[in-house]
Amino acid sequence: MPAWEFRSANGAGMIALSGDWLTRSRVHAPELARRCRDPTLRRLGFDTSQLGRWDTMLVAFLWDIKRAAAAGGMVFDDSGLPPSARELVSLLPAAPRQPRTPVQHRLRPLSWTLTQAVNLLVDVGSSAVLVVGTAAGSARLLLGRARFRGADLLADLLNAGPRAVAIVGTVNFLVGAILAFIGAAELRQYAAQAYVPNLVGVASVRELASVVTAIVMAGRTGGAYAARIAAMRSNDEIAALQVLGIPVSEFLILPAVVSLCLAMPILYLLGCFIAMVGGLAVSILSLGFTAFQYLRETVDAVPLSDFVFGAIKSIAFAALIGAVSCQIGLKAARSARAAGDAATGAVVANILGIIALDALFAVMMDASGR
Amino acid sequence: MGANRLLEGAPILSLRDVRIGYGDTVVQQQLSFDVQRGSVFAIMGGSGAGKSTVLNTMIGLAPPQAGTVTFAGENYWALPVDERAHIGRRFGVLFQTGALWSSLTVGQNVALPMQMFTNLDRRTMRRFVELKLALVGLEDAADLLPAQLSGGMAKRAGLARALALDPEILFLDEPSAGLDPVAARRLDDLILDLRDALGATIVVVSHDLLSLFAIADDGVFLDAGTRSAIARGSAAQLRDQSEDPQVQAFMRRENPGSAGLHPSPYLEDKLWQASGSRR
Repeated sequence: MPAWEFRSANGAGMIALSGDWLTRSRVHAPELARRCRDPTLRRLGFDTSQLGRWDTMLVAFLWDIKRAAAAGGMVFDDSGLPPSARELVSLLPAAPRQPRTPVQHRLRPLSWTLTQAVNLLVDVGSSAVLVVGTAAGSARLLLGRARFRGADLLADLLNAGPRAVAIVGTVNFLVGAILAFIGAAELRQYAAQAYVPNLVGVASVRELASVVTAIVMAGRTGGAYAARIAAMRSNDEIAALQVLGIPVSEFLILPAVVSLCLAMPILYLLGCFIAMVGGLAVSILSLGFTAFQYLRETVDAVPLSDFVFGAIKSIAFAALIGAVSCQIGLKAARSARAAGDAATGAVVANILGIIALDALFAVMMDASGR
Repeated sequence: MGANRLLEGAPILSLRDVRIGYGDTVVQQQLSFDVQRGSVFAIMGGSGAGKSTVLNTMIGLAPPQAGTVTFAGENYWALPVDERAHIGRRFGVLFQTGALWSSLTVGQNVALPMQMFTNLDRRTMRRFVELKLALVGLEDAADLLPAQLSGGMAKRAGLARALALDPEILFLDEPSAGLDPVAARRLDDLILDLRDALGATIVVVSHDLLSLFAIADDGVFLDAGTRSAIARGSAAQLRDQSEDPQVQAFMRRENPGSAGLHPSPYLEDKLWQASGSRR
């Protein structure tokens, strides 16, 4: 057990330490500090002949005493301490701890608003530059003169396409099945179960297949793009491109956006059919449809133009996911944590953007009288 | 080297009254110096003195808040972006971590600048890539990914990529940071060999004294306290002639027995040759 004993004579204090002073044992020394403040003391020394093992516990204790001694104008006589403890304590400042003045965060609504507004404008501006750069890159791509590596496009395409089929298919199948279940339960009240194929078909082709696929891809691919670019930034890989004058928008972002724009409409169509298969499965099992009946109903209910509209929508979603994710990755701070934050931020922004864009499309569709 | 002597009057890169900072924070101000062709110019200073930020301004990544940066007679930052990018291709930059593009192999890293900016055919390009990698002793690493390299190999691969477009000026950011002493000296030698072989100018940011004494023949000392350049000259000149206490503290500190330290690379070279085979 750590222990201390305080003796004083002729203005000199002597602190005798004994036992093991280890971090896991507790020492309370407020009384010692008070006694060290005795104004008649001029000198503080130590007797460590009984001291056992020690670690930071002892050093922290000695530092307290050193500061108390300095505050009281006493001589801190460390000659009685073990040499390594003396060495450590001599590294520590004797000045009492300065109360740190907290940084003043006064709320200035006007300047805050202005700063935020300026930041927003800068963000919009830099996004616009990026979009223009990417668009210019697309134009050059059409002319066959874009500056990126075909291998990168292929890798991105593989990742956004075939490797995403399983998750996109599973989710759309379940969405179709759920629609059929709910539809069957509700429509049964009006003896209108025959309209389940219409419900599943129209809902998935017009809305759900494209939105669900986009949200899956936002999480799966958008997050990955943002994290990848953020990591590249923290490793100076982006700077290395910039020095050479290789446009980042073209070299990194264009393959990402183009691969998504190519893959998404196909994933959307796949999603539509798998959602219908989900609805079909439920309808056959619980409503007594035949596959032929179900398909004929669906074909009657869903006009071909809805597929075209959905495919256009999913291309817009793809461009949004690619551009937003890359932009967020480029703006990330330079740390490992920032890469994770960029992925999270990209997914959140993408999902918000997808829903907002979808609402816009719904309004446009309504305005065009459909 | 003969040609360089003739051009001695015209610095390849010069900074005049440059101020660098972020918003209201000044990193360096009143910065003026010239980098002569064919020289190894060191930007010295302790941690936090703004060495890398100054480098970023020279290589076109961070605009100065005031002042001019002139490269080969052109007021660099006044040029439109396109022309700046053209000048950037005359730079070779070795970033502190190597900054290899992590999705490409070492060979592809070296090849990319050539693919982007030259009309070389495939075979020639492959030969050039092989050559650049052999120059830095990495001819067997062409098919490795950056993640498979050690720190020293990544630096050397970064150097090979910096050499891809035969730069007129090489910028090296802390080339020896994170390397063991032998690997660091080896890199120093490589840098000097390359300068002699290619006739390139080298700007090196470093706080590694051994390296500074070994390679730099001119330089500037940046101080974090005054946020300005407080001394000019080679590392040895600063050590022997500067009276500034900051410079002296920096130059004398991690410098074991400065009297015995020969300010030339050849001592290190001999040590290295004695310690094993060259490259």
